[in-house]
Parts: sequence; structure tokens; C-alpha cells
Amino acid sequence: MAEIFELGIADIRSGVASGDFTAKEVAETFIARVSSAKALNAVLVETPDHALAAADATDKAKAAGETLGKMAGVPIGMKDLFCTEGVATTAGSLILEGFTPQYESTVSSNLFKAGAGMLGKLNMDQFAMGSSNETSAFGNVISPWRRNDGGNTDLAPGGSSGGSAAVVAGRIAPAATGTDTGGSIRQPAAFVGITGFKPTYGRCSRWGTIAFASSLDQAGPMAHDVRDCAIMLEAMAGFDPKDSTSLDLPVPEWEAGLKSDLTGKRIGIPKEYRVDNMPPEIDALWQQGIEWLKDAGAKIVEVSLPHTKYALPAYYIIAPAEASSNLARYDGVRYGMRDLPDGAGLQDMYAATRESGFGPEVKRRIMIGTYVLSAGYYDAYYTQAQKVRTLISQDFDKAWESCDLLLTPTAPSAAFGLGEKSDDPLAMYLNDVFTVPSSLAGLPAMSVPAGLDGQGLPLGLQIIGKALDEQGVFNAGLALEERAGFVAKPEQWW
Amino acid sequence: MSVDKETVKKIASLSRIAVTEAEADALVPELNNILGWVEQLGEVDCSKVEPMTAVIPNKLRMRDDVVTDGNVREKVLANAPAAEHGFFGVPKVIE
Repeated sequence: MAEIFELGIADIRSGVASGDFTAKEVAETFIARVSSAKALNAVLVETPDHALAAADATDKAKAAGETLGKMAGVPIGMKDLFCTEGVATTAGSLILEGFTPQYESTVSSNLFKAGAGMLGKLNMDQFAMGSSNETSAFGNVISPWRRNDGGNTDLAPGGSSGGSAAVVAGRIAPAATGTDTGGSIRQPAAFVGITGFKPTYGRCSRWGTIAFASSLDQAGPMAHDVRDCAIMLEAMAGFDPKDSTSLDLPVPEWEAGLKSDLTGKRIGIPKEYRVDNMPPEIDALWQQGIEWLKDAGAKIVEVSLPHTKYALPAYYIIAPAEASSNLARYDGVRYGMRDLPDGAGLQDMYAATRESGFGPEVKRRIMIGTYVLSAGYYDAYYTQAQKVRTLISQDFDKAWESCDLLLTPTAPSAAFGLGEKSDDPLAMYLNDVFTVPSSLAGLPAMSVPAGLDGQGLPLGLQIIGKALDEQGVFNAGLALEERAGFVAKPEQWW
Repeated sequence: MSVDKETVKKIASLSRIAVTEAEADALVPELNNILGWVEQLGEVDCSKVEPMTAVIPNKLRMRDDVVTDGNVREKVLANAPAAEHGFFGVPKVIE
């Protein structure tokens, strides 16, 4: 039998339910994994007591013959964007240093009610702004993966959910929460060879999740495989009156509905995703994915999403605009740090606090957002971007007339080395070229690990579905997963 | 459209972010690179397009006009850098 630390959600849950091991043994196993993985810098705050208390509750419930929750006995990692009651939460930023939420986010609360425990709060790009985890104020997360060249170059785990990606790939936690604004679940999942799912906008409540760009932010699971993502998303999702954009719909039983026979399904291949300079290995993997889905019974059709090239520039107006508004709350008055120079008045205190509390990328985006929303520029930039967003959404609607799902690569490259792209914000933004369009349209999408490149690094394929068709996305993901047979894992060096 | 140093300082001031002269100098090309890149959106004919307001059709709900929260002053103040006498403390704003 596999060791406990190698198991995912479904196996842990069934092992606990059948008495193969106790939830306490599981929690202790992963607590030890967390404390011996400090070299990855993926965990900002370790919370062993939380994991043990949840395990104890599960073991007692089992002894009493009670029905166990969907996540019973499963300890998880929590991205530090989720407010956790009594546990420091920083969103990877100095400006929230010392902040201890007095309430629990809806997503984390839902997971805990389903029986999950928390191993720790996970490092991330500051305020989720980044694609490599290098904007965290608390240091880079190091990917557990290394190139097969025998060197020891530190690689980026992707971002912004870089800590989540690293702990799941390193089998330091069986699963973790992520959030995705423009690709922050899917791109890191692809970089480290795990499965990551962004649901339809509104499926998961945003209440208690620190806001970046509210019209785009969605929480989702990052886990070993498709089934684990389905189980965890069922536990995370659900209507919440405290989030005005929460969808008032029942949560489907995605796990029970899993089916990899795609007979009758039409898979669209968007021709605009064949970008210049795409590495041949990624193009070849995409072709392989097409063959796998054909083998699963799907029909392949070419589709056009003509406004794809405008998705990234539209995103880099809309997301900073929303961020500049959302991040106005960090003023040194109500929470977090305060920088009060001698003799400073209120306005100087605001400016000094924000100058020393925010990192360079966050400041850059706040200023871009402020500029595009300012008098005289609002229509030329912001309104135009929102109109282009409408066109991008209409592109998808049109594609759905001839297909049910889309297949694309997740990211335009495998993981890169830390520092290789951090000097050029625009080069970094291009990482999200395949993930941003579906974010702008609010659609469900997932990344499935599908192969290794010549350097021995994971590559992912992305499935995009119609709004609310998470089941279709899960099923096509499962068809890919069964055929890709991706079993590669990073060798433990930490 | 491109920004000069004075505009950068104005944006920083509107954003309530202190910048030094050197930082303002460095931000001019950084912001112009990004703004120059997003300007390609101007190529798109949007004369007959409505701006997006909600990605997934949804309507704002009404709820009963009753108190659902409150009496949590200690919690609200628990994270304040300077909480005094049940209030948020700030530097003096009136001389």
C-alpha cells in the first residue's frame, strides 16, 4: 500500500472511513511533511493544532457512527488570501502584517464544515498579483520540481497560488485551496503537474477572500487529480447571501457524475490559441490531447475566438482598475501596518503606509488602475476594455453554437527559473495568455497534467466549458487524465 | 497617450502612495510600456457594443430590512494599529 503522504483526498477519505488509518495519523503525517519542507518556503503560518482538532472531530464522529463529511479526515493547505479566524492572514503583503481575522471566510468555513482540517497558510504572490510567486513580501516559493539537467536551478511554482501548487506537488498536503483571477489556479497547477479547477464565476463565495479584482476572482481546488478536485469543489461551493454575486443555485454532485466517455461531445480547438513562438513540445502535447479526446468518443471541431489577442490588454486594464479600488482600504487605520513619520498628518500617513506596505508590482497596478479610472481617461481605457470584454464573452457564446467544450494548452511554457522573467512585467503577463480569456468570460476551466517537456518539467492541458457546466469540464478532464497517465513526481530534495 | 513625470506624481498622489523623485523617474517608462501595450484595444470597433457589467447573468437580491450584524466593536477594532477609547485613532487632522 502507498504511504499516507502519497494519498489524495478520495483515498484518505475512504481509508479513514474504512478504518485503514485514523484521521489523526493522517494529520500527523502531513504536519511532519509541512515542518520538514521549510526549504520550499511554501507555508507562511503552520497550523498543526487546527489540523489535529479537525482530525480528532472526524475520529470521534466515526467512532460514534455518524455520517462523515465530504472532506472528513483530509488536512489541506489554505492559500493566504482566505481570511481564517484567529490565524494571521497577509495575502503575501507587508501591509497586512499582524492582521488576524476575527471571522472565517465562507470557502474555508465550508471546507471545515465538510470535515477538512488546515495544515497552514500558504505563500502566494502579493494580493494574488503575479504569475511566479516572486511578488510575495515573504520570499519566493521554490518549486519542488527541478530540471533533468542535473543542475539545481530554483524554478518558479507559478502563481499566484504558488504555495498551493508547491505543497500539493511535493505531497506536503493532499490538496490546497487556490484562487484564480486570470489564471492563478491553472497556470501554477500546470507548472507543477497537478490538477487545478476554476469554477464558474459565482459558484464559490468571495466573502472573506481578500479582494483583488472582484469581477474576476474565483476560488477553486488544487489537488492530485480530477476526482479530488470534484470532491473538494463540492465542499467549497454554494450560495452565500453575504456575496452579492454568489449564484443562488444548488451544488451539483460532480463526483458522482464523473464519466470519461465523451461520446456525442464536440470539442472546439480555438485557432487563435496557436500563438507565435509556442514551443513545439506544447503544440505536440495539444495535438496529443486532441487524439486522446477523440479516443474518448468526442468529435473535434475547429472554432474561432477572434478577439483572443485583446484579452490580455483588456484584463490589464480591468484587473488593475478593480484592484485600485479594492486596495484603497489599506490605509493604516483599520488593520495591518501603519507608517507614521514624525509630525505626519493623516494624508501623509496614508501615503507613507502604502509606500512601505505594498510591493512594487502592487503599486504599479494600483497606479495603472488609478490612471485608467481618472477623469478624461475613463472612457478611452476602462469603458473600452469593458466593451472588449463583452466581445470576448460573445466569442465564447458563438463558439458554443458548434462545440460543447474547448481544449487548449494551459500555459505557453513550462516552469521557468526564478528571476528569469521578473524584470519585465509584460513578459510575465504573457504567461496568462491562455487562461485570461475564460476568466474575463467567467467560465469554468481546469488544467490537467498531461506530459513532461524535454527538461523533465510538467506541462498542462486546459479544458474550458460553458457557464455552469463544471460537469462537462470535469468529464473531459477525466478523459485526458486517464489517457495521459501522468504519474511523474518531483524527486524529494528538500 | 503617454505619461510624463508630473503625471506619474499626480497618479501616485491620487493613489496615496508616496514616491521619491527617483521612483517617479523609474515609473515613467514602466507605466508607459504597459499603457502603450494596452492601447491596442483602440483598434477594436466597439461603437455598437455595450460594456460588460456582469459575466454571468445574475440579479442583485433584496433582503428584509433587519439588523443582521453588529455589537462587535471589539472585533472591529481588534486589528487597528491604534485603537483608543473604542475608536480608530488617527493623527490630528484639525489644527
